[in-house]
Amino acid sequence: MRMFRSVTIGQHIPGDSVIHRLDPRTKILSAMFLIVLLFVVKGFVGYGLVALGLALVIRASRIPWKFVIRGLRPLMVILVLTLTLHLFMTEGRVIFQVWFLKVTWEGLIRGLMMGTRLVLLILGTSMLTLTTSPMQLTDGIETLLKPGKKIGIPAHELAMMMTIALRFIPTLLEETEKIMKAQMARGADFQSGGIMQRARSLIPLLVPLFVNAFRRADDLAIAMEARGYRGGEGRTKLKELKFQRLDAVALGLVITFSVLVGAFF
Amino acid sequence: MSIRLENVIFSYLEDTPLNQAALRNVSLEIEDGEFVGLIGPTGSGKSTLIQHFNGLLKPSSGKVFVDGVDLTLKDTQLRLIRQKVGMVFQYPEHQLFGETVLEDVGFGPRNSGLPDEDVVQRVREALAHVGLDYETLKDQSPFELSGGQKRRVAIAGVLAMRPSVLILDEPTAGLDPQGREEILAEIKQLHDEGGITVVLVTHSMEDVARLVDRLIVMEKGSIALDGTPVEVFAQVERLKEMGLGVPEITELMYELKSHGLDVNTNILTVEEAEEEIIRVMGWQE
Repeated sequence: MRMFRSVTIGQHIPGDSVIHRLDPRTKILSAMFLIVLLFVVKGFVGYGLVALGLALVIRASRIPWKFVIRGLRPLMVILVLTLTLHLFMTEGRVIFQVWFLKVTWEGLIRGLMMGTRLVLLILGTSMLTLTTSPMQLTDGIETLLKPGKKIGIPAHELAMMMTIALRFIPTLLEETEKIMKAQMARGADFQSGGIMQRARSLIPLLVPLFVNAFRRADDLAIAMEARGYRGGEGRTKLKELKFQRLDAVALGLVITFSVLVGAFF
Repeated sequence: MSIRLENVIFSYLEDTPLNQAALRNVSLEIEDGEFVGLIGPTGSGKSTLIQHFNGLLKPSSGKVFVDGVDLTLKDTQLRLIRQKVGMVFQYPEHQLFGETVLEDVGFGPRNSGLPDEDVVQRVREALAHVGLDYETLKDQSPFELSGGQKRRVAIAGVLAMRPSVLILDEPTAGLDPQGREEILAEIKQLHDEGGITVVLVTHSMEDVARLVDRLIVMEKGSIALDGTPVEVFAQVERLKEMGLGVPEITELMYELKSHGLDVNTNILTVEEAEEEIIRVMGWQE
């Protein structure tokens, strides 16, 4: 029963590498550039260059490759689905045909492109969450969103909601595992049976999970109020974010790289 | 129903940077009908260890046998094992889900495919074991009960499987003193009269001192001490090193001895202490 241990999104691995030391704003902006870039790039050469860039970043973060790659595992289903759908659903030059299913060159290329795009997307964004603690991440998001306050974007509240959500993903997974174990100890079976039976077998899992999540939310709200939390107004920070020369260099590199790769490939 | 572990090693998050060995080479045998206490500081591997007893966790290496059946083999029917080895997790009331107490407690027996009359019979019996009345509770929602009652209903949910081994992970955590006493007394009764093998994980030295025949102390994923409560609590220094202690009454006897009163320090309960002090002082009752 270690099925949930492979989820790396939202799991921070502390460290002292260059990437860890960057200002969270630098990392968030870089991740956004990466996302845009991945949708601008149209060819495999471009993807290759992005992959290379990402590989250098992963290397610099000193997080073991195995661990980064492991984060892709939950994505396998979507990857396979994307590839198959594109493979069969795209019109074009036919490579071979089984009954009414046509496999086309265009489909193959597009499927592979989409797949690469997804993989790079997940790798890039999980680099952000792996090297940045949730606290830093919200601080970054909050300061980045601050200008939006004038047009009514609740920057602080959004940031707080995001941290809490991120923070509780592992907790909820752990809880799920615990309840599953407890019900399995009473003979519950989550794996076999038809789709209806399987859906029914989830009731003993989902009901306690929701009950506990609401209870926990209540506790958290009370604990926050007990420590004087009243929203973002007038709240000071223990650690002010500092944009250093390292950040300027890193952001400069990312922007230059994105513009060049985006423009030429 | 015996449980035997041979050289069990287990680590969470294997081959990741967060890898941590939770069990380092544990071998142990629990005989039929024993009442075993399992203690150890937080993070010593108690919870991990007991999850090996019914195959919820599989060892990274080593063997686990329940009644001679090897749980580490792929084709072992774990569902049958789990009917015989009942497990009550910490805060078991957090896993209640049924609309009614009957539905929740009957979950286990229904999963074993029993007909309705048998399920009802099992639920009635299981609720009686934890001191609850079937007629008044069966149609109530388990979520409307008090904390102590929820805990009992959850424990009944495991007892309804009629296990021959019962494993309880801190069954009294967060209960008031009266609730603790009652639940422990019910567990003791299941062992003494029902002949069930019990493994009790706890932080309370007083509880284990009173209840168990055998005490296993875990430290950093290994078994540090294993023996009768008297034998284990004789190792005061060792226990204190681990951040554990001995029952307060035993501690008192050690204090008396260090102040020059020649008492026997193998004392686990207040009653024993009373007799011993009377004996040493030469008082008449």
